[in-house]
Amino acid sequence: MNLIRRKFVKTTAFLSVGATLAGSGLLMPQRALGAWAADAFAARDVAGAVSGSLGSSDYSPSDAVTLKAPDIAENGAVVPVTVSSSMANVDAISIVVASNPGPLTSTYQLSSACEPFVSTRIKMAKTGDVIAVVKANGKLYSATKEVKVTIGGCGG
Amino acid sequence: MATIKIRAKAQDGVTTVKTLISHPMESGQRKDSKTGKLIPGHYVTEVIAEHNGKQVLNANWGGGISKNPYLSFKFKGAAAGDSIKISWVDNMGKSDSAEAKIQ
Repeated sequence: MNLIRRKFVKTTAFLSVGATLAGSGLLMPQRALGAWAADAFAARDVAGAVSGSLGSSDYSPSDAVTLKAPDIAENGAVVPVTVSSSMANVDAISIVVASNPGPLTSTYQLSSACEPFVSTRIKMAKTGDVIAVVKANGKLYSATKEVKVTIGGCGG
Repeated sequence: MATIKIRAKAQDGVTTVKTLISHPMESGQRKDSKTGKLIPGHYVTEVIAEHNGKQVLNANWGGGISKNPYLSFKFKGAAAGDSIKISWVDNMGKSDSAEAKIQ
Protein backbone atom coordinates (compact mmCIF):
# COMPACT_ATOMS: atom_id res chain seq x y z
CA MET A 1 0.00 0.00 0.00
CA ASN A 2 1.96 3.02 -1.13
CA LEU A 3 0.98 6.64 -0.88
CA ILE A 4 1.15 7.42 -4.56
CA ARG A 5 -1.41 4.77 -5.31
CA ARG A 6 -3.72 6.04 -2.54
CA LYS A 7 -3.53 9.47 -4.07
CA PHE A 8 -4.24 8.02 -7.50
CA VAL A 9 -7.30 6.18 -6.21
CA LYS A 10 -8.60 9.31 -4.51
CA THR A 11 -8.03 11.38 -7.61
CA THR A 12 -9.78 8.89 -9.87
CA ALA A 13 -12.72 8.68 -7.51
CA PHE A 14 -12.96 12.45 -7.53
CA LEU A 15 -12.69 12.60 -11.30
CA SER A 16 -15.39 9.99 -11.75
CA VAL A 17 -17.82 12.07 -9.70
CA GLY A 18 -16.98 15.04 -11.87
CA ALA A 19 -17.46 13.05 -15.03
CA THR A 20 -20.85 11.78 -13.93
CA LEU A 21 -21.97 15.27 -13.00
CA ALA A 22 -20.83 16.63 -16.32
CA GLY A 23 -22.76 13.82 -17.96
CA SER A 24 -19.85 12.93 -20.16
CA GLY A 25 -17.01 10.62 -20.81
CA LEU A 26 -15.08 8.29 -18.61
CA LEU A 27 -17.37 6.24 -16.42
CA MET A 28 -20.73 6.74 -18.07
CA PRO A 29 -21.23 3.10 -19.16
CA GLN A 30 -20.96 2.05 -15.51
CA ARG A 31 -24.04 4.06 -14.63
CA ALA A 32 -26.10 2.44 -17.35
CA LEU A 33 -28.09 0.11 -15.12
CA GLY A 34 -28.86 2.54 -12.31
CA ALA A 35 -27.32 3.64 -9.07
CA TRP A 36 -26.97 1.70 -5.84
CA ALA A 37 -30.34 0.64 -4.41
CA ALA A 38 -29.95 2.35 -1.03
CA ASP A 39 -33.61 1.90 -0.03
CA ALA A 40 -33.51 -1.82 -0.63
CA PHE A 41 -30.41 -2.24 1.52
CA ALA A 42 -31.91 -0.08 4.29
CA ALA A 43 -35.06 -2.24 4.40
CA ARG A 44 -35.40 -4.29 7.57
CA ASP A 45 -37.79 -6.94 6.25
CA VAL A 46 -37.71 -9.42 3.38
CA ALA A 47 -40.59 -7.79 1.49
CA GLY A 48 -38.85 -4.40 1.53
CA ALA A 49 -35.58 -5.94 0.44
CA VAL A 50 -37.18 -7.74 -2.50
CA SER A 51 -39.41 -4.89 -3.67
CA GLY A 52 -36.60 -2.35 -3.26
CA SER A 53 -34.22 -4.38 -5.40
CA LEU A 54 -36.57 -6.00 -7.94
CA GLY A 55 -39.53 -3.62 -8.07
CA SER A 56 -42.16 -5.90 -6.49
CA SER A 57 -42.45 -8.11 -3.42
CA ASP A 58 -44.86 -10.48 -5.15
CA TYR A 59 -42.73 -13.60 -5.65
CA SER A 60 -43.68 -17.26 -5.81
CA PRO A 61 -41.58 -20.38 -5.16
CA SER A 62 -40.43 -22.15 -8.31
CA ASP A 63 -38.55 -25.36 -9.09
CA ALA A 64 -36.85 -23.50 -11.91
CA VAL A 65 -34.77 -21.58 -9.38
CA THR A 66 -31.88 -23.42 -7.77
CA LEU A 67 -30.27 -22.19 -4.59
CA LYS A 68 -27.16 -23.95 -3.42
CA ALA A 69 -26.08 -23.27 0.16
CA PRO A 70 -24.71 -25.44 2.97
CA ASP A 71 -27.13 -27.11 5.43
CA ILE A 72 -24.93 -26.06 8.30
CA ALA A 73 -22.57 -23.09 8.19
CA GLU A 74 -19.90 -23.35 10.84
CA ASN A 75 -18.93 -19.75 10.31
CA GLY A 76 -21.74 -17.32 9.56
CA ALA A 77 -19.24 -14.75 8.29
CA VAL A 78 -18.62 -16.80 5.16
CA VAL A 79 -21.54 -18.75 3.73
CA PRO A 80 -21.09 -19.74 0.08
CA VAL A 81 -24.28 -19.45 -1.97
CA THR A 82 -24.95 -20.14 -5.63
CA VAL A 83 -28.11 -19.17 -7.45
CA SER A 84 -29.00 -20.52 -10.86
CA SER A 85 -32.11 -20.98 -12.91
CA SER A 86 -33.38 -23.00 -15.83
CA MET A 87 -35.58 -20.10 -16.98
CA ALA A 88 -34.85 -17.88 -19.96
CA ASN A 89 -34.77 -14.09 -19.89
CA VAL A 90 -33.55 -13.79 -16.31
CA ASP A 91 -32.52 -10.18 -15.90
CA ALA A 92 -32.05 -9.79 -12.16
CA ILE A 93 -31.25 -11.87 -9.10
CA SER A 94 -31.41 -10.89 -5.42
CA ILE A 95 -30.06 -12.85 -2.47
CA VAL A 96 -31.89 -12.18 0.81
CA VAL A 97 -31.24 -13.53 4.31
CA ALA A 98 -34.44 -13.38 6.37
CA SER A 99 -32.70 -13.42 9.76
CA ASN A 100 -30.13 -10.68 9.05
CA PRO A 101 -30.61 -7.15 10.45
CA GLY A 102 -30.48 -5.91 6.86
CA PRO A 103 -31.90 -8.82 4.83
CA LEU A 104 -30.69 -7.81 1.36
CA THR A 105 -27.14 -9.06 0.85
CA SER A 106 -26.84 -8.35 -2.83
CA THR A 107 -28.70 -7.84 -6.06
CA TYR A 108 -27.46 -8.48 -9.59
CA GLN A 109 -28.52 -6.95 -12.90
CA LEU A 110 -27.81 -9.41 -15.69
CA SER A 111 -27.41 -8.34 -19.29
CA SER A 112 -28.91 -10.49 -22.05
CA ALA A 113 -25.55 -12.21 -22.56
CA CYS A 114 -25.50 -13.49 -18.98
CA GLU A 115 -26.42 -17.01 -18.00
CA PRO A 116 -28.79 -17.09 -15.00
CA PHE A 117 -26.02 -17.88 -12.54
CA VAL A 118 -24.27 -16.05 -9.70
CA SER A 119 -22.14 -17.36 -6.90
CA THR A 120 -20.84 -15.43 -3.92
CA ARG A 121 -20.22 -15.60 -0.18
CA ILE A 122 -22.59 -13.98 2.29
CA LYS A 123 -22.73 -13.23 6.02
CA MET A 124 -25.43 -14.65 8.24
CA ALA A 125 -26.11 -13.34 11.73
CA LYS A 126 -27.93 -16.47 12.86
CA THR A 127 -29.79 -19.53 11.63
CA GLY A 128 -32.43 -18.63 9.09
CA ASP A 129 -33.72 -18.82 5.56
CA VAL A 130 -31.68 -17.77 2.57
CA ILE A 131 -34.02 -16.66 -0.20
CA ALA A 132 -32.97 -16.33 -3.81
CA VAL A 133 -35.35 -14.26 -5.91
CA VAL A 134 -35.01 -14.33 -9.67
CA LYS A 135 -36.68 -11.89 -12.04
CA ALA A 136 -37.61 -13.45 -15.38
CA ASN A 137 -40.04 -12.09 -17.98
CA GLY A 138 -41.12 -9.42 -15.51
CA LYS A 139 -42.16 -11.89 -12.81
CA LEU A 140 -40.43 -12.96 -9.61
CA TYR A 141 -39.62 -16.55 -8.67
CA SER A 142 -37.88 -17.75 -5.56
CA ALA A 143 -36.06 -20.61 -3.89
CA THR A 144 -35.56 -20.84 -0.14
CA LYS A 145 -33.14 -22.84 1.95
CA GLU A 146 -32.62 -22.87 5.69
CA VAL A 147 -29.01 -22.62 6.77
CA LYS A 148 -28.06 -23.43 10.35
CA VAL A 149 -25.40 -21.10 11.65
CA THR A 150 -23.13 -22.14 14.50
CA ILE A 151 -21.21 -18.87 14.84
CA GLY A 152 -22.89 -15.66 13.67
CA GLY A 153 -21.11 -13.42 11.22
CA CYS A 154 -22.62 -9.98 11.78
CA GLY A 155 -22.28 -9.30 15.52
CA GLY A 156 -19.16 -8.21 17.40
CA MET B 1 -1.43 -3.92 -4.43
CA ALA B 2 -4.12 -4.77 -6.75
CA THR B 3 -7.40 -5.47 -5.02
CA ILE B 4 -8.97 -7.59 -7.74
CA LYS B 5 -8.11 -11.06 -8.97
CA ILE B 6 -9.86 -12.33 -12.07
CA ARG B 7 -10.03 -15.77 -13.68
CA ALA B 8 -12.09 -16.08 -16.82
CA LYS B 9 -12.40 -19.17 -18.94
CA ALA B 10 -14.35 -19.73 -22.15
CA GLN B 11 -15.65 -23.21 -22.79
CA ASP B 12 -18.37 -24.32 -25.23
CA GLY B 13 -19.43 -20.73 -25.83
CA VAL B 14 -19.94 -19.92 -22.16
CA THR B 15 -17.42 -17.87 -20.24
CA THR B 16 -17.15 -18.44 -16.50
CA VAL B 17 -15.70 -15.53 -14.58
CA LYS B 18 -14.45 -15.87 -11.03
CA THR B 19 -13.25 -12.86 -9.16
CA LEU B 20 -11.92 -12.07 -5.70
CA ILE B 21 -11.76 -8.56 -4.29
CA SER B 22 -9.69 -7.60 -1.25
CA HIS B 23 -11.96 -5.48 0.90
CA PRO B 24 -12.81 -5.34 4.65
CA MET B 25 -16.60 -5.35 4.00
CA GLU B 26 -17.39 -3.85 7.41
CA SER B 27 -21.15 -4.16 7.77
CA GLY B 28 -21.66 -1.19 10.10
CA GLN B 29 -23.39 -3.52 12.59
CA ARG B 30 -20.28 -4.61 14.43
CA LYS B 31 -19.12 -3.06 17.69
CA ASP B 32 -15.54 -2.40 18.63
CA SER B 33 -14.92 -4.73 21.58
CA LYS B 34 -12.74 -2.15 23.37
CA THR B 35 -14.78 1.01 23.04
CA GLY B 36 -18.26 -0.48 22.56
CA LYS B 37 -18.83 1.88 19.65
CA LEU B 38 -20.12 0.80 16.28
CA ILE B 39 -17.46 0.35 13.65
CA PRO B 40 -18.54 2.48 10.66
CA GLY B 41 -19.75 0.47 7.67
CA HIS B 42 -17.22 0.16 4.88
CA TYR B 43 -18.31 -2.10 2.06
CA VAL B 44 -18.33 -2.42 -1.69
CA THR B 45 -21.61 -1.12 -3.08
CA GLU B 46 -21.24 -1.75 -6.76
CA VAL B 47 -19.33 -4.20 -8.93
CA ILE B 48 -19.39 -3.93 -12.69
CA ALA B 49 -18.19 -6.48 -15.20
CA GLU B 50 -17.47 -5.49 -18.78
CA HIS B 51 -16.66 -7.70 -21.76
CA ASN B 52 -14.72 -5.81 -24.45
CA GLY B 53 -16.08 -2.57 -23.01
CA LYS B 54 -19.71 -3.73 -22.92
CA GLN B 55 -21.35 -4.19 -19.55
CA VAL B 56 -22.46 -7.75 -18.82
CA LEU B 57 -23.18 -7.70 -15.09
CA ASN B 58 -23.87 -5.09 -12.45
CA ALA B 59 -23.88 -6.19 -8.82
CA ASN B 60 -25.20 -4.10 -5.94
CA TRP B 61 -23.79 -5.22 -2.63
CA GLY B 62 -24.49 -4.36 0.98
CA GLY B 63 -22.72 -5.14 4.24
CA GLY B 64 -24.12 -8.67 4.07
CA ILE B 65 -21.43 -9.86 1.68
CA SER B 66 -18.43 -11.55 3.26
CA LYS B 67 -15.04 -9.96 3.77
CA ASN B 68 -12.77 -10.27 0.73
CA PRO B 69 -15.76 -10.94 -1.50
CA TYR B 70 -15.94 -13.65 -4.11
CA LEU B 71 -18.16 -13.40 -7.15
CA SER B 72 -18.66 -15.82 -9.97
CA PHE B 73 -20.94 -15.49 -13.00
CA LYS B 74 -21.31 -16.84 -16.53
CA PHE B 75 -22.03 -15.21 -19.84
CA LYS B 76 -22.21 -16.05 -23.54
CA GLY B 77 -20.70 -14.52 -26.62
CA ALA B 78 -17.07 -14.19 -25.61
CA ALA B 79 -13.99 -15.93 -26.99
CA ALA B 80 -10.59 -16.68 -25.57
CA GLY B 81 -8.38 -13.59 -25.73
CA ASP B 82 -11.25 -11.13 -25.20
CA SER B 83 -10.91 -8.71 -22.35
CA ILE B 84 -12.93 -8.81 -19.16
CA LYS B 85 -12.85 -5.84 -16.86
CA ILE B 86 -14.07 -5.75 -13.27
CA SER B 87 -14.53 -2.48 -11.37
CA TRP B 88 -15.81 -1.77 -7.88
CA VAL B 89 -16.88 1.27 -5.88
CA ASP B 90 -17.38 1.31 -2.11
CA ASN B 91 -19.51 3.44 0.21
CA MET B 92 -16.53 5.63 1.06
CA GLY B 93 -15.95 6.53 -2.56
CA LYS B 94 -12.91 4.31 -3.06
CA SER B 95 -12.71 2.30 -6.22
CA ASP B 96 -10.51 0.03 -8.25
CA SER B 97 -10.63 -1.85 -11.50
CA ALA B 98 -8.69 -4.61 -13.20
CA GLU B 99 -8.65 -6.22 -16.58
CA ALA B 100 -7.84 -9.77 -17.63
CA LYS B 101 -7.83 -11.84 -20.78
CA ILE B 102 -10.34 -14.66 -21.14
CA GLN B 103 -8.60 -18.01 -21.41
